[in-house]
Amino acid sequence: MEKEIIDLEVKDFSFRYAGASADSLKKINLPIIKNKVTALIGPSGCGKTTLLRSLNRIHDLYPGNEYRGEVNFEGRNILSADEDLIHLRTRIGMIFQKPTAFPMSIYENIAYGLKLQGIKDKTVLSGRIEKALKGGALWGEVKERLNDEADALSGGQQQRLCISRAIAVEPEIILFDEPTSALDPISTEAIEKLIMELKDEVTIVIVTHNMQQAQRISDYTAFMYLGDLIEYGETDKIFNNPDEELTKQYISGQFG
Amino acid sequence: MSSYALKERVFHHLTKFFAFLVLFFLVAIFVVLLVKAYPAIEAFGFDFLTDEKWAPNLGIFGGFPAIYGSFISTLIAMLLAVPVAIGIAIFLSEVAPSRLKSPMGVSIELLAAIPSVVYGMWGLFYFAPLMRDLVGGNGLGLFTAGFILSLMILPFIAAITRDSLNTTPQILKESAYALGATKWDVIKDVMIPYAKAGIIGSVILALGRAFGETMAVTFVMGNVHNVPDSIFQAATSIPATLANEFNEADTELYYSSLFFLALILFIISFAIISLAKFHFLKRRKKVSDRKHKWHKLVKQWRRK
Ligand SMILES: Nc1ncnc2c1ncn2[C@@H]1O[C@H](COP(=O)(O)OP(=O)(O)OP(=O)(O)O)[C@@H](O)[C@H]1O
Ligand SMILES: [Mg+2]
Repeated sequence: MEKEIIDLEVKDFSFRYAGASADSLKKINLPIIKNKVTALIGPSGCGKTTLLRSLNRIHDLYPGNEYRGEVNFEGRNILSADEDLIHLRTRIGMIFQKPTAFPMSIYENIAYGLKLQGIKDKTVLSGRIEKALKGGALWGEVKERLNDEADALSGGQQQRLCISRAIAVEPEIILFDEPTSALDPISTEAIEKLIMELKDEVTIVIVTHNMQQAQRISDYTAFMYLGDLIEYGETDKIFNNPDEELTKQYISGQFG
Repeated sequence: MSSYALKERVFHHLTKFFAFLVLFFLVAIFVVLLVKAYPAIEAFGFDFLTDEKWAPNLGIFGGFPAIYGSFISTLIAMLLAVPVAIGIAIFLSEVAPSRLKSPMGVSIELLAAIPSVVYGMWGLFYFAPLMRDLVGGNGLGLFTAGFILSLMILPFIAAITRDSLNTTPQILKESAYALGATKWDVIKDVMIPYAKAGIIGSVILALGRAFGETMAVTFVMGNVHNVPDSIFQAATSIPATLANEFNEADTELYYSSLFFLALILFIISFAIISLAKFHFLKRRKKVSDRKHKWHKLVKQWRRK
């Protein structure tokens, strides 16, 4: 087996929402392996989204949330107060549960992140946009109508647009929060295929409620329950031969 | 006929009646204005719109000073109010700490509820003397009126713009932040485009309000039929003229000329409101066009 590189390391990480009386995440330890897909699974309310949103510190948009512990990435603890969040978010992208195309053209949607980085040159932009749309498996469907409004696309196409938009800025990691839960089976298949292709270029963390999906696309799986990380390991092992009784019960559908 | 069906029919006709009543009043007001204004229309025709002389004792009536005063004072009000109001709305929706948002938001709404006569009194007793000390003259005039009007419409634009900005879905804002956008990027590139229809609508409605405003303007305009060289000199507006001069209208032509002015005000206000309506309609049509496009895509896809 090739050598595993830890891209991002969650260490003794606890999280508490503003005004909450208990931690929503309790001393989580989790390695995120470079160029692999790591799935976060667990019953509703166990803290999957909370963990994911800590990794690009999108929680910081709302005041009063509390981080403890470490999340190490590119040689530093990104939880430190002086972390440059704008830069961090260009390195760690995020895809949401619902497609979130901006109210602009397809072209402008992809160009947006690039323009934020100060890229203005038309030919550079066009090249990067084509590359991103090809990477997002959308190019063939939209190359004739890049100037159409993005919300004229179907839901599945919009989600691939969002993925293209995220990869356009060439991040190191992309975080997916249930990216297919609002999509039909065919669009879901397209996105799953895309995620497996993307891991050559980026590291992927995906939250999913769909056990089959986790098995199909992920290399590593972390099972969470009530804010604890119960078990982490290779996906095959978690689903076929877990160490913990709780994991076994969850994957066999006895609760959740 | 069952009693249910009867009730249904009575209700139907009753509501229809009230709806038509509104239409009837609208038409009736227009007709009354037209009839009463007719002698003046006959006497002056379209020249009324451009004639500068208003000399009741000579039987000469030109509407230009009042029309000009209405437009310029409204223009000044919009230029002063719109940028500030949008700034306040942005601050309240995305920048202010949450403990400030609600008290400041409520204050803005309270300001919007102050009757215009109070703005007018404040303008006459506090702002006009200030203007007199600053630029000379008697302190009354187009700028003073424009300034008071801007204070009056500012909270209105700010409150509606803030509400429109707040309708931006949180997840859309988060998506922009997740690409490395700053707060200002999100405001400018996501929230303002998203809220554009609401912002423009509020500006047009405020325009209508400023244009027809009577009390606040009457107090501070100076009320002379004059096309001044500078915005710091006394002038008049259509509503101010109407409020001031009906008592003095001792000839039929004078009386009728005032009605002519009222007719012009009615038409311009109607046009402004129609513009706002048209703007919203166009917007809605665009959305349904998009839905249409989407259906077409689905059909194409099914055919494959
Ligand atoms: N904004 C918030 N403020 C306070 N508590 C919150 C907030 N969001 C989530 N929580 C709490 O944190 C815990 C974890 O929620 P989280 O959304 O991370 O769960 P999840 O595993 O993503 O669930 P689901 O599968 O339903 O999406 C829950 O108990 C939830 O009630
Ligand atoms: Mg969740």
